[in-house]
Amino acid sequence: MTDTLTKTIFGRLTWDSLPIHEPILVGTFIVVALGGLAVLAAITRYRLWGYLWKEWFTSVDHKRIGIMYLVLGIIMLLRGFSDALMMRGQQAVAFGSDQGFLPSHHYDQIFTAHGTIMIFFVAIPLVVGIVNFVMPLQIGARDVAFPFLNNLSFWLTVAGAVLVMLSLFVGEFARTGWLGYAPLSELAYSPDTGVDYYLWSLQIAGVGTTLSAINMVATIIKMRAPGMTMMKMPVFCWTALCSNALAVAIFPALTAAFFLLILDRYAGTHFFTNQLGGAPMMYWNMVWIWGHPEVYVLVLPAFGIFSEITSTFTGKRLFGYSSMVYATVVITILSYLVWLHHFFTMGAGPSVNSFFGIATMVISIPTGAKIFNWLFTMYRGDIRFELPMMWVVAFMLTFVIGGMTGVLLAIPPADFVLHNSLFLVAHFHNVIIGGVVFGLFAGMVYWFPKAFGFKLDPFWGHVAFWGWTVGFWIAWAPIYIVGLMGTTRRVHHFDDLSLQPYFIVAAIGAVVILIGILGFVMSIIMGFVKRDQLRDTTGDPWEGRTLEWSTTSPPPAYNFALTPVIHNLDAWYDMKTHGYQRPAEGFRPIHMPRNTGAGVILSGLAFTLGFGMIWYMWWLAALSFVGLFVVAIGHTFNFNRDYFIPADEVTRTESQRPQPLEARA
Amino acid sequence: MTDRALEPGENGAITWHQVEEEHHDHGGGATILGFWIYLMSDALIFTSLFAMFGVVSGNYAGGPTSREVFELPLVALNTGFLLASSITFGQAIPHIEAGRVGPTRFWLAVTGLLGAAFIAVELSEFAGLVAEGAGPQRSAFLSAFFTLVGTHGAHVTCGLIWLVTMLVQIGQRGLTTDTKRRLMCLSMFWHFLDIIWIGVFTFVYLYGVIR
Repeated sequence: MTDTLTKTIFGRLTWDSLPIHEPILVGTFIVVALGGLAVLAAITRYRLWGYLWKEWFTSVDHKRIGIMYLVLGIIMLLRGFSDALMMRGQQAVAFGSDQGFLPSHHYDQIFTAHGTIMIFFVAIPLVVGIVNFVMPLQIGARDVAFPFLNNLSFWLTVAGAVLVMLSLFVGEFARTGWLGYAPLSELAYSPDTGVDYYLWSLQIAGVGTTLSAINMVATIIKMRAPGMTMMKMPVFCWTALCSNALAVAIFPALTAAFFLLILDRYAGTHFFTNQLGGAPMMYWNMVWIWGHPEVYVLVLPAFGIFSEITSTFTGKRLFGYSSMVYATVVITILSYLVWLHHFFTMGAGPSVNSFFGIATMVISIPTGAKIFNWLFTMYRGDIRFELPMMWVVAFMLTFVIGGMTGVLLAIPPADFVLHNSLFLVAHFHNVIIGGVVFGLFAGMVYWFPKAFGFKLDPFWGHVAFWGWTVGFWIAWAPIYIVGLMGTTRRVHHFDDLSLQPYFIVAAIGAVVILIGILGFVMSIIMGFVKRDQLRDTTGDPWEGRTLEWSTTSPPPAYNFALTPVIHNLDAWYDMKTHGYQRPAEGFRPIHMPRNTGAGVILSGLAFTLGFGMIWYMWWLAALSFVGLFVVAIGHTFNFNRDYFIPADEVTRTESQRPQPLEARA
Repeated sequence: MTDRALEPGENGAITWHQVEEEHHDHGGGATILGFWIYLMSDALIFTSLFAMFGVVSGNYAGGPTSREVFELPLVALNTGFLLASSITFGQAIPHIEAGRVGPTRFWLAVTGLLGAAFIAVELSEFAGLVAEGAGPQRSAFLSAFFTLVGTHGAHVTCGLIWLVTMLVQIGQRGLTTDTKRRLMCLSMFWHFLDIIWIGVFTFVYLYGVIR
């Protein structure tokens, strides 16, 4: 009797679900718990809860939401990277009779969590965060099209991230690899909570990403400042537009694939099973229809960041602006037509494989055009090698190699040999780290003074730069080599002792990258400590060319006191060179959206819905589901969603800006 | 700066600012566009489900075939309900635009009843199939059939909840800018579900019976 009652209340959650027999996890839990308690205590001690709730958690200001996305991404980067260090450590020692320090079922969870976290909870939040912060400023808007939706998207992403983190300490994470291939991820082969954690956390976060993408596309199309035609829009906004349009086009496929797998696991259907007519390869197709374009969702904004930085730090207009735009659009379209190259070995036949192989190779043409555009922008430019520009150069040198190994893998016969090898793993880390991650660091260093009013500490910034660039090659060159020799991925133990030196070098490289990551965290801390020396009083610390540099650092809540009128692609450079005078009066009341807690509440309910489903606590899931509807409908009855900033308050804020902002040109 | 388009303001100076405030940055235009984009993403979810159905629609696994389980008269009735509900929603549109609350509520209520009838028939069809042993666990074909049709039905149910919410809101506040905009979005959603149903009707039921 009590047994049934416990089962009804707690589902399959028991004391055995807590990993008290795994010393690594217990240690991690103690560190996380103590760290978390320290943070909570500090917030309580300094009475920051009210401030955080009112000014940040419920904020609909795109700048604050962008910054929160970046904080989430950096925290999750630390988690994802500790997974990487454990894998590199394990593979460096697990040779011959030594089984290493990780049992295989734990190792499998780690590589799954590493991939899942790095893409969904590091790369996506960092990209979305930068787009959120920068894009509305660059188009001269006061906020995004749907400010509340923006807040909700962020908190849904957080709910997904919390579920993934929870799987460390309550139950298990998936052991299926980061895309959860069926039929391995079916109930028959993965009966524990791992795949369910995976599915629900990504499903919840995926809703957030889709809504955010819709929001950004509507913002760019509808809210550009007067005069900013599409072809006068900064390249970063173009890449943000293409990236988000692409996200709208691909996330539904992932949502559908996960939905069908959830039905298989929960309702006993037969979509991807081996029995009763299931078609497991449909899962692979749907997941990669999302997965390949997703790479471009991430890298296109990085290309935009490189374009902005190159033109700023060479003091020139970007070379080939329109070819850059067309290349971005072409990449967006082509990226949708290549997904099958992830499983040439499926057996679709030579004609299908040839089509996808050639389509894949064709992508290198617009990408190459972009590289030449950046090089020609630098040619005869007045290049200032400050940190953002150094990241750009490191990107070009690294990314080109990754692109070339990609073209190599696009040849189906070569892929049959290299499929599932560490060569492939080295290739995609080469393009993701060399392209996306370097781009994100470049962007964060570049726009940090705009967000906080002071630059990052340059010494530690250089430590971060050299740690990442040198560490990257030490870590991945040996992996390329062993991969070319045929070593497969996701291996927990090796018998061939001759491979060990390569993995030891790779582990050393990972430690050098760790120095880079810690250097970046230090550059934020030391930048804050030395903020008075590093202060940006002008609003334009790098001699920028686009609109975000025309307002203060950090920008006021309303971004621009008066809506700017755009005459030229490099709008702020145009203003500086044509005698722009910042107005001191004549302001009107500014219409702004009001903060709301509905996003936090809805995401909290989404989290409990996921948790209830994962642990088979049907009552909790049902209550949360009904709660989601009730709160969402209740929110629509709130019509009091905006307010006006009075004109004299705008005048007061504007008069506090340091003078003269525009005298420098 | 060859493409520079100078627009001289007063005294021949360059206009750098727009002084007139646009109050409706967050208003109708962006919402309608955003809702269109949402509908397109939802259409892609259905695309994926149609593709899934297309791949496994012949995988009966020794169980009942599509010809055995589909009852076209019932489907015809159901299709009639849903298509008629789109017409009645269309009848509400001029009244919404003219701000006439009474007729708007009437036509919305008729639309909601037709939608509810559609759901009722669909549920009875599902219950009959499960009772015959042709439930979603029987074969990949039936899994895909129940999921595709059921997802459409779940959308219609959400539409009904939305419709009832709107009836309450226009009762409380009348036809304001906000409620009108929401009704336009609901109408797009409703017609979108009709279009999806035409796909279901054609490719699942009609094609299933002749294959």
